[in-house]
Amino acid sequence: MATDRYLTVSALTRYIKRKLEMDKHLKEIWLKAEISNFNHHSRGHMYFTLKDDRSRIQAVMFSGNNRTIKFKPENGMNVLVKGEVSIYEPQGQYQLYVQTMEPDGIGALYLAFEQLKEKLHREGLFDPLQKKAIPSYPSHIGVVTSPTGAAIQDILTTIKRRYPLVKVSIFPVLVQGEKAASSVVAAIEKANQLNLFDVLIVGRGGGSIEELWCFNEEAVARAIAKSKIPIISAVGHETDYTISDFVADVRAATPTGAAELAVPSQTELINRVNTLTRSLHMVVKGTVLEQTRRLSQVNKSYAFRYPEQLLRQKEQDLDKSVEKLGRIMTYFLNQKKEGLRQIRIRFGQQHPQRQIDQAKQHLQLLYQRNDRAMRKEWIDKQTSFNQVLDKLTLLNPLETMKRGYAIATEKNGQIIKSTKQTQPGDLIMVRLQDGTLDCQVWGIEEGEEI
Amino acid sequence: MTNDHDDKSAELSFEEAMQQLEKIVEKLEEGDVPLEKAINYYQEGMKLSKLCSEKLTKVEGQMEQIVNEQGTFEPFIVQEEE
Repeated sequence: MATDRYLTVSALTRYIKRKLEMDKHLKEIWLKAEISNFNHHSRGHMYFTLKDDRSRIQAVMFSGNNRTIKFKPENGMNVLVKGEVSIYEPQGQYQLYVQTMEPDGIGALYLAFEQLKEKLHREGLFDPLQKKAIPSYPSHIGVVTSPTGAAIQDILTTIKRRYPLVKVSIFPVLVQGEKAASSVVAAIEKANQLNLFDVLIVGRGGGSIEELWCFNEEAVARAIAKSKIPIISAVGHETDYTISDFVADVRAATPTGAAELAVPSQTELINRVNTLTRSLHMVVKGTVLEQTRRLSQVNKSYAFRYPEQLLRQKEQDLDKSVEKLGRIMTYFLNQKKEGLRQIRIRFGQQHPQRQIDQAKQHLQLLYQRNDRAMRKEWIDKQTSFNQVLDKLTLLNPLETMKRGYAIATEKNGQIIKSTKQTQPGDLIMVRLQDGTLDCQVWGIEEGEEI
Repeated sequence: MTNDHDDKSAELSFEEAMQQLEKIVEKLEEGDVPLEKAINYYQEGMKLSKLCSEKLTKVEGQMEQIVNEQGTFEPFIVQEEE
């Protein structure tokens, strides 16, 4: 048996692989395709399918290559890749080993859109709290759009139809092409400088994503965010969403929609005014009726019909009050009187007459004592005087003389007490009780001294 | 919401007039408004109502204008798309 005619699967696979690798065209393939079945493996390699309308090819991009990609590949994304075709032996599967990948065409715009959206969102430019309210009754509207085309006509027609009172000023700008963004930015800034507008409509009519692109540009988005005037964005059709729409204070689906959002409807307002006026009539009429009803009710009341009843009642009340007042006054007076009486009694008890009497008595006593003392003193003195007088009487020499004693004196009156005082012949005088004898000493006999 | 506005009502913007009218109706509808006050409100409300109607129906045929690069205004004439 010529069994050596038969190859193994791996031999065949290796053969095919060698064939493929020898082809220099397959070594460097430039491919334009859409990604599907994208799988970013946890180890870093990317596995996906590249396809177009009719065919598909398995692809792998190793982590060493995909690290440098600036965007995140996703299903449906159109990409431009460069790589080589080879065989994955275990599966016997040919696949593209991708070395570089770029977003392609609309894919790139889509990417830029998503990336800018994400960035501005993180910065808070879409914050609902930052949105300015659109005034209810604007008087001047600025429209930043192309002066030609359907958009401006739609806007103007709608505003005129709904609210012809408002003034509209158009900022003619380029709405597509390279210079569109700067043109729109300049107009928004100019409108803010002029400071005349209550609201701005910024937008354009429908178009391809490339044509609408300037409303996805960062500069336009930032100008809208910075605007002090509330902005209504109106770009393209219902289904077109641009970055401007997210940043604007209100997004309108279309330019016509923007005009509707910017102004109230005159007809609705007239209806509103009429409704309010009717309410005014009705409420006031109701109030007047209500007050009239109350008045007639009051007129019919008991008090109004029989006023004398009211008076009588009051008269009686008054009498009662007067009576009560009298009672209270009497009671009050009696109380005060009693109080006064009590105070008088207490006051009487405090009178000084008693002290005066006491003092008088005391004084009398002192007089008496003094009198007694004086009298006793006087009697004592009298007695002692008498005694002294008696003594004196006893001592009186004249008394002695009565008993026969005499007193001899010299001529000069000096009493002679000793014989020695005299000499015979001396003239002396002898005094008796009833007169004096003139005598002459005849002799002296000295006797013993008594 | 007094009669202060009587003489100035001609100068009110539509928005102000409308707001005042709405406030007056609201107040009246709340009830408990004394009669004299209600009458005052009513008179003022009717003035405002007239003013609003006038402002709404008086179409001045506002002309659209163009703001040129110097920030000045020019009349706007609709052009056909190029």
